[in-house]
Amino acid sequence: MDMQKKVPVREQDPKVRAANFEEVCLGYDREEAMKEASRCLNCKNAKCVEGCPVSIDIPAFVGEVKAGHMEEAARVIAKSSALPAVCGRVCPQESQCEGRCVRGIKGEPVSIGKLERFVADWSREHGFVPEAPKTTNGKMVAVIGSGPAGLTCAGDLAKMGYEVTIFEALHEPGGVLLYGIPEFRLPKEGVVKPEIENVKKLGVKIETNVIIGKSVTIDQLLHEEGFDAVFIGSGAGLPMFMGIPGENANGVFSANEYLTRSNLMKAFRDDYDTPIAAGKKVAVVGGGNVAMDAARTALRLGADVHIVYRRSEAELPARVEEVHHAKEEGIVFDLLTNPVEILVDDDGWVKGMKCIRMELGEPDASGRRRPVPVEGSEFTIDVDTVIMSLGTSPNPLISSTTKGLEVNRRKCIVAEESNGKTSKEGVYAGGDAVTGAATVILAMEAGRAGARGIHEYLTER
Amino acid sequence: MYKIIKAEQLADKIYLMDVEAPRVARACEPGEFVIVKMDEVGERIPLTICDYDRETGIVTIVFQIVGAGTQKMASLEAGDSFRDFVGPLGRPSEFVHEDLETLKGKKMLFVAGGVGTAPVYPQVKWLRDHGIDADVIVGAKTKDMLILEEPMRAAAGNLYITTDDGSYVRKGMVTDVVKDLVLNQGKHYDVCVAIGPMIMMKFVCLLTRELNLPTIVSMNPIMVDGTGMCGACRLTVGDEVKFACVDGPEFDGHLVNFDEAMKRQQMYKTEEGRALLKLREGDTHHGGCGHCGGDE
Repeated sequence: MDMQKKVPVREQDPKVRAANFEEVCLGYDREEAMKEASRCLNCKNAKCVEGCPVSIDIPAFVGEVKAGHMEEAARVIAKSSALPAVCGRVCPQESQCEGRCVRGIKGEPVSIGKLERFVADWSREHGFVPEAPKTTNGKMVAVIGSGPAGLTCAGDLAKMGYEVTIFEALHEPGGVLLYGIPEFRLPKEGVVKPEIENVKKLGVKIETNVIIGKSVTIDQLLHEEGFDAVFIGSGAGLPMFMGIPGENANGVFSANEYLTRSNLMKAFRDDYDTPIAAGKKVAVVGGGNVAMDAARTALRLGADVHIVYRRSEAELPARVEEVHHAKEEGIVFDLLTNPVEILVDDDGWVKGMKCIRMELGEPDASGRRRPVPVEGSEFTIDVDTVIMSLGTSPNPLISSTTKGLEVNRRKCIVAEESNGKTSKEGVYAGGDAVTGAATVILAMEAGRAGARGIHEYLTER
Repeated sequence: MYKIIKAEQLADKIYLMDVEAPRVARACEPGEFVIVKMDEVGERIPLTICDYDRETGIVTIVFQIVGAGTQKMASLEAGDSFRDFVGPLGRPSEFVHEDLETLKGKKMLFVAGGVGTAPVYPQVKWLRDHGIDADVIVGAKTKDMLILEEPMRAAAGNLYITTDDGSYVRKGMVTDVVKDLVLNQGKHYDVCVAIGPMIMMKFVCLLTRELNLPTIVSMNPIMVDGTGMCGACRLTVGDEVKFACVDGPEFDGHLVNFDEAMKRQQMYKTEEGRALLKLREGDTHHGGCGHCGGDE
């Protein structure tokens, strides 16, 4: 075997998977995992651990995999992460652990993400259950939102002996893992639900259908329902639109709506009631991971799909793997292209989209070269559906109903990075609600920090 | 699970249910709404709150059958449960937070059409509980379609009923009654609240604009989550785009773009819209909507 190269991971054939919602990546089997694990140099000063937001002891778990001790490997990961099957699938490893791997200097880094996924899947299949705390300390913590930040914070606090209740606004727990990331990247029944079950096995209660700020306020949780502290991990749920003419036409969706219909409400399945106007010719506007998810969902629902992005390929914010998968499946990338108007027929439906060509100018505040329109280059693309994937911002429902909770001008909650402490006593926050839309693993890191902060607060009080 | 304590048919295709939902009952205010989901495979359906009891934790909902989802819901009986029942959603009616003395100086007119009578009721009742008599116009297609007449009569100052076909009290549209009260009887109103089918609200607004009568409407567009996440419920109000679920559902009726809202509502909500959808979607329509026959 070539030690410079990763053991290749099996994937569904692009032609086959373009028409189904089964998982794209099939993962390693035991033998492949052990072979890949043997590539680890077991560095003393392991750079990969520094690259992991939740500091999993990577050489230790990879060492256990190499030796075939899968349960031990699972135990090592469980010390740092409550959601390994999720992270092994959706973390941007190339810019984190694998990006720091010494193997990666000359050849390909160790496939840490795929190994984490293997261990997590192995534990689920073999019924490995994280150990629940024996006694509780009698203190109650409310966690708002059951996405990656909330689940991580709740899991950590439960392990420390707190009685934790998660409040979820939707009818199922999981947050973005459920409504945002599609089945073919992150299976719901097979992966997300069992990980949430594991958090529950630590003693965490989950109450769905509770909208904090509406059904009950944070002050009521603290003063009437007996909670000693609150962690806000309510995410960034509000979709943005471009503000161009025609945007309210039938057939224009936010990526959130399109994905929520398909993922949470399971509109892609015939046995579920929620409809989706999938479209035949779909343009997805935007270049992030969510845009890739929306595009690949539309493709699986039978549409011809174009990604319309105003910068060039080098600036696409989506993970390289996602872009690669999208291209393999037949999605067309219209780069350096920006919509200026959505054309609407007499019945109010989309009949096309007027775009303008862009070129790259000087770098802007983000350090990326600013796209500028090429005058007179307008043209029309033939589409019946437009999906706007331009990012999201935090929901003001909580901040506007909680006195003394400071937010910044983007409506993000102001919280200390190291411990999640907000301007309101006993209230901690983390994840997209604080940073604006980011990644699953960064939200998990913030969930851990929040758990630490709450533990310090309730210990000292 | 949220248990149904009482289920009752009020009129053809219109049903009332008392549901055990203590968190909603404790927190809700007039003007807000809930979302219910019948079972695992069901849609999330936004519904009007018709009444609530903070002590018993009961929320009363009223709905009309418009598609397969509400059809299925109508078959539920006392003792059955909703899988999900979430709320309150939206913002309360403006008057709930107004200074009570100022409010007492205002004369309010409510215009309710069809099943829109249900969300009007808790508003009128709230005002009555706070010592304010509001005039209420209730319009129905025909006598048998009139709902909540008795409770409304008990809560309203003056109640004016009208039927499209003249089968009860008087014949005519709600707009005819508004004209009659303001122009013929010389009544003065400071605010009008109109809730009913979009087309009714549009025509009430056209009239009240002429009459210089500020008018609030309650919009019920397509929605998925109801918490601001999906943006399906977006409307043009003045020159701004608003989300009915978090910015509304009540808006200044003279600023709402009803024509756009009605087109958007066609998308999945009406039979015609669903049929149109099937036509447009052709082979890529995935059925499951339960309305269009796309599964056949």
